[in-house]
Amino acid sequence: MDYNLSHIKELEAESIFIMREVAAQFERPALMFSGGKDSILMVHLAHKAFYPAKIPFPLLHVDTGHNFPETIAYRDSLVEKLGAKLIVGSVDEAIESGLVTEEKGFNASRNMLQIAVLLDALEKGKYDAALGGARRDEEKARAKERFFSHRDEFGQWDPKNQRPELWNLFNGRKNMGEHFRIFPISNWTELDVWQYLAAEEVELPSLYFAHERDVFEREGALLADCEFISKKSDEIVKKEMVRCRTIGDMTCTGVWRSTATTVEDIIEEIATTRMTERGGRTDDKRSETAMEDRKKEGYF
Amino acid sequence: MTNNTELLRFTTAGSVDDGKSTLIGRLLYDSKSIYQDQYDQIKETSERRGEEGVNLALLTDGLKSEREQGITIDVAYRYFSTPKRKFIIADTPGHTQYTRNMVTGASTANVALILVDARHGVVDQTRRHAIIASLLQIPHIVVCINKMDLVDYSQEAYDKIQESFEGFAAKLDVKDVHFIPISALKGDNVVNRSDQTPWYEGPTLMYYLENVHIASDHNFIDQRFPVQFVIRPYSDEFHDFRGYAGRLAGGVMKKGDDVTLLPSGFTTKIKTIHGADGEQDEAFPPQSITIELEEDFDLSRGDMIVRANNQPEVTQDIDVMMCWFDNTKALKEKGKFALQHTTQNVRCVVKEIRYKLDINTLHRLQDDKEIKMNDIARVSLRVTKPLFIDSYRQNRITGSIILIDEVTNNTVAAGMII
Repeated sequence: MDYNLSHIKELEAESIFIMREVAAQFERPALMFSGGKDSILMVHLAHKAFYPAKIPFPLLHVDTGHNFPETIAYRDSLVEKLGAKLIVGSVDEAIESGLVTEEKGFNASRNMLQIAVLLDALEKGKYDAALGGARRDEEKARAKERFFSHRDEFGQWDPKNQRPELWNLFNGRKNMGEHFRIFPISNWTELDVWQYLAAEEVELPSLYFAHERDVFEREGALLADCEFISKKSDEIVKKEMVRCRTIGDMTCTGVWRSTATTVEDIIEEIATTRMTERGGRTDDKRSETAMEDRKKEGYF
Repeated sequence: MTNNTELLRFTTAGSVDDGKSTLIGRLLYDSKSIYQDQYDQIKETSERRGEEGVNLALLTDGLKSEREQGITIDVAYRYFSTPKRKFIIADTPGHTQYTRNMVTGASTANVALILVDARHGVVDQTRRHAIIASLLQIPHIVVCINKMDLVDYSQEAYDKIQESFEGFAAKLDVKDVHFIPISALKGDNVVNRSDQTPWYEGPTLMYYLENVHIASDHNFIDQRFPVQFVIRPYSDEFHDFRGYAGRLAGGVMKKGDDVTLLPSGFTTKIKTIHGADGEQDEAFPPQSITIELEEDFDLSRGDMIVRANNQPEVTQDIDVMMCWFDNTKALKEKGKFALQHTTQNVRCVVKEIRYKLDINTLHRLQDDKEIKMNDIARVSLRVTKPLFIDSYRQNRITGSIILIDEVTNNTVAAGMII
């Protein structure tokens, strides 16, 4: 007898299992949607997990106000296509209401401000599980993350005291006011994501493909020139063929010199590259444990 | 670079200084799975700490306190792939909370790598790892006899360790054990064949990992489908659709199969099977599917669909080998817990602690019923409603449970049904 699943189909089956487990174990889950490829994959998998019913949870987008305009356009058309519900937590509004204070200076970013806005949105919506598209291969602190990751009443992660996860058994029990972060695609790598999106012919935001853009260099990373970043006098803007490997806030998402215009080109590029995808993220470079520190406070 | 590669999960176990992190670093490095910026970062850290050379072990330290203390606290997952397979490593620390972490990593592994320092041979830790691999029924064990460079690649040293391990393993329930002489530091027999060990005719570690037969690690005989979630679209197009979603835990399920529903005992047929890519004629583990039945019965999460002539045991009394994880209190008779088994959530009471297992010698300690963190014991449980169980030997999914403390909500134990 030879019943064999390819590794991609096994990962797909695992992620679908996790999503169904969330729908069964939690009362009010929400799917954190950033417009990046990982959250697009998440939506695609959620669609499969509950077909022919609709995805039984809303999409939650934390809008920094500094998004690439392409991201918002893509998000809105996807939501319309799926008939999904969209909730937006706005950093602009949070600054106006005094919930958070804007950082100043050349490296100012709204990255940290997202934490408070996310926690506020989860609390307001009484969401007890927030599904996210983080992967363990992305970053060393994320390598220690569970599928079902418990957060205390302050939204904090305690990495040294995590619940063991065995077999197919996921413990989603919690007290009032606590919530869970759920990471169904934990075991996918960047290459798996692209191979799957290619095989499934999923439509993707144009930012992932090579295009001409005004960019400038800072600390070895290439950033998109935009109104949200103040440039130093020696930082010179030039036009280059680039694409995004990750999509986040414009102020911290590096772009990448590339000529990849199709998904196949991208797969080829990733398979041969010598840099991690978050290598262009200035938010991770603030210190060696920048991701761990943010995650403990409630970051994605 | 094809999509048709298999997924192999393996766990690594070793004590603090036997070179486990170096071996993982070596596998990642030699399979070109380390990126330049990661390499630059650990190189910079090694230099700052005044270490000689680039410390590949740093690749596996994730958390701040781990880096400070130079130890691994928690299970860390690593990924690499070759054109043949994609690999997931569950890297488990060898010291504090060792059983808890090893058991966690082992629960889903196809292969266990056990590291032995060629200078020290089989030690307590080695025996402990082998016992856990056997209890958790990891189908394949590879004993990597490491640091061969420090014993002049001596065949005698290798043979002695192999003999001593085999003598001990004869008492265990392990099916498939391989031995490989390696030097993780120098790279001998890890990815590339060593010319220092001409007397060794077996595969390199990487060759073994790429080729070991894992397709039959699932149970394809006994059909078990725990209902996970009921899908009701309530839409015009799918008005009467009632789908039972779940992950097939055993057996091959075909359209038209006669099935029995548990606990009701009603029988019906499989009408359709919906997979991730639409309708399919049959399904096998570990696929996630949604099925429709010929007739609608009251069936919900926690129920199970099985073949009429091949049913699991239905019982409220179960005997398990249990690993206790809680460092705040001991396991006691009469203790009550929440219990998860497949998609069932029930409560249970500890009826009897039968014995504690001495994890170094396999002796049954019948007079020692003080079960603390990392201990393994044989325990009898009574649950609040019938479970549909198989022995863990027969099926790792329908034969496993976890216990949850009802006050803290922590997962405090894992059990393998006997």
